[in-house]
Amino acid sequence: MVVLIRNSLLRHATTCLRQNAPTPLPRLPRNAAIKRLLSTLAILEQREGKLNVGSLASISAAQKLGGSIHGFVAGSNGKTVAEEAAKVEGLEKVIYVDNADYDKGLPENYAPLLVENIKKGGYTHVLAGHSAFGKNLMPRVSALLDVQQISDITDIEGEDTFVRPIYAGNAILTVKSEDSPKVVTVRGTAFPAAVVEGGKAAVEEGVDPKAECPTQWVSEDLAKSDRPDLATAEKVVSGGRGLKSKEEFDRVIPPLADALGAAIGASRAAVDSGFADNSLQVGQTGKNVAPQLYLCAGISGAIQHLAGMKDSKVIAAINKDADAPIFQVADVGLVGDLFEKVPELTEKLKSA
Amino acid sequence: MSGLRILVPVKRVIDYAVKPRVNKAGTAVETQGVKHSMNPFDELSIEEAVRLRERKKPVEDILAFSAGPAKSQDILRTAMAMGADRALHVVEEKAELEPLGVAKILKQVVEDEKRNLVILGKQSIDDDANQTGQMLAGLLNWPQATQASKVDVDGENVTVTREVDGGVETLKTKLPMVITTDLRLNEPRYASLPNIMKAKKKPLEKKKLEDYGVGAEKRLKTVKVAEPAPRQGGGKVEDVDGMIKKLKELGAL
Repeated sequence: MVVLIRNSLLRHATTCLRQNAPTPLPRLPRNAAIKRLLSTLAILEQREGKLNVGSLASISAAQKLGGSIHGFVAGSNGKTVAEEAAKVEGLEKVIYVDNADYDKGLPENYAPLLVENIKKGGYTHVLAGHSAFGKNLMPRVSALLDVQQISDITDIEGEDTFVRPIYAGNAILTVKSEDSPKVVTVRGTAFPAAVVEGGKAAVEEGVDPKAECPTQWVSEDLAKSDRPDLATAEKVVSGGRGLKSKEEFDRVIPPLADALGAAIGASRAAVDSGFADNSLQVGQTGKNVAPQLYLCAGISGAIQHLAGMKDSKVIAAINKDADAPIFQVADVGLVGDLFEKVPELTEKLKSA
Repeated sequence: MSGLRILVPVKRVIDYAVKPRVNKAGTAVETQGVKHSMNPFDELSIEEAVRLRERKKPVEDILAFSAGPAKSQDILRTAMAMGADRALHVVEEKAELEPLGVAKILKQVVEDEKRNLVILGKQSIDDDANQTGQMLAGLLNWPQATQASKVDVDGENVTVTREVDGGVETLKTKLPMVITTDLRLNEPRYASLPNIMKAKKKPLEKKKLEDYGVGAEKRLKTVKVAEPAPRQGGGKVEDVDGMIKKLKELGAL
């Protein structure tokens, strides 16, 4: 049936075109023509009625794509957050849905909400951060739209061509998608954060299908920290198995992080041994970081760990094993006992 | 209440300890003659299914599933040696299946086999996509709990603690549902020799892609696969002062 309709529509369109054939179409360069037709919906995150600035990488990625960019936000203070997001440079419009049911970003009702708004807007691209929120939600959206999502992109080569790491960053895959819309999650550290000023986007209410949510959000337990956020910090100090215990980790690593104004990270070995909280794990299965400085102590440099930090500008490593793989990627390596070297470094940085 | 009928999809991937190499043509990662194993997150899924039974939850049966080449049978046998009761193998030698395709097959398996709980790994360590579980939940319109670090089943009610940015959150939902596992969920057991022997006698059913009406063509075409830009180590310094000096030179301090 669908095929029949499509064929008859095609036939109709062809006939119309033939009749109109003498009218020459304006000849735009191919690129410009495509860019004009691109329209991206960037999914923004909010937390307790505040815009999550970490989720703005999808806007920067959309800018690289070209075309018009709309933002999307949903939650109990949808409009307020949308007004804040409207200041982000490069946004044409922010679509909001004001409904407390979307506060926790549960995909059971958030996915149908997005699908409705994507269909209504006729977007060619839908972008979200590859964060816990984006990872949880976007594949569900993709399945409902019957498109194959492209996860965790680090670059855009064209409107249909994307670059992403596979095998824990040991290979870089370039893929071309023929799906429409293209649903993409974006690695935050691979795109500059969009600036929240200067923009004057329109704010518009979106559609709310009010899908039922069978899942109930019970509670959360977030590691409290006054330090910069690991994923976006300029500097990261990271500790591994070499710290030997939680007590030693807490004695050695935080003072150095404080001296540098750095976030604290950890290897999987350190997390599994209970030295540090899960949320601090850097690597393939933890967070990806790309700070100006990644300073690590007692980390050997397994491929799964390197996957999460090898895009750092400068890597410095302290390890007592001169043959540790971390030294193959470190810009500055120091072979020595971290229990001596790290406190010494901390003291010298403080007095400098 | 009837019992838990669990489906655990597992994937055969290059062993996590092997450093993958890009082939000469730049079209894929070299898989010939490379050690393969069960995707580490899928081991956690099997383990959790078996532990549910050991915790005296009413588990009716645990079905392990894999789609891929004949060699995927090895990991299905491993899954059965760990405690799965039987296995279903969708044999496909050539095509690399994408998450959406796998999710569509799984949806039908869920319906055919009347499953009420699917436990998947959060991602496979080859394509690093992190999609299949969520897609399956979407296709079935079931609740999902991804990146689970703790699962508690009480009758129809399931409480899951999941790892999120900055900590954990707890959700409560009802069966049927989809769960994806995160590293902290459990410590997978090793299959003992007697169990490996017993697993050889457990039933393993084979099917084809066509049985599920899923095509082998890919939605995403590989343009190229490249080695990441190599990172050159900058050498070592003698002492802490040397480190500070070098970091200043590099503009990192």
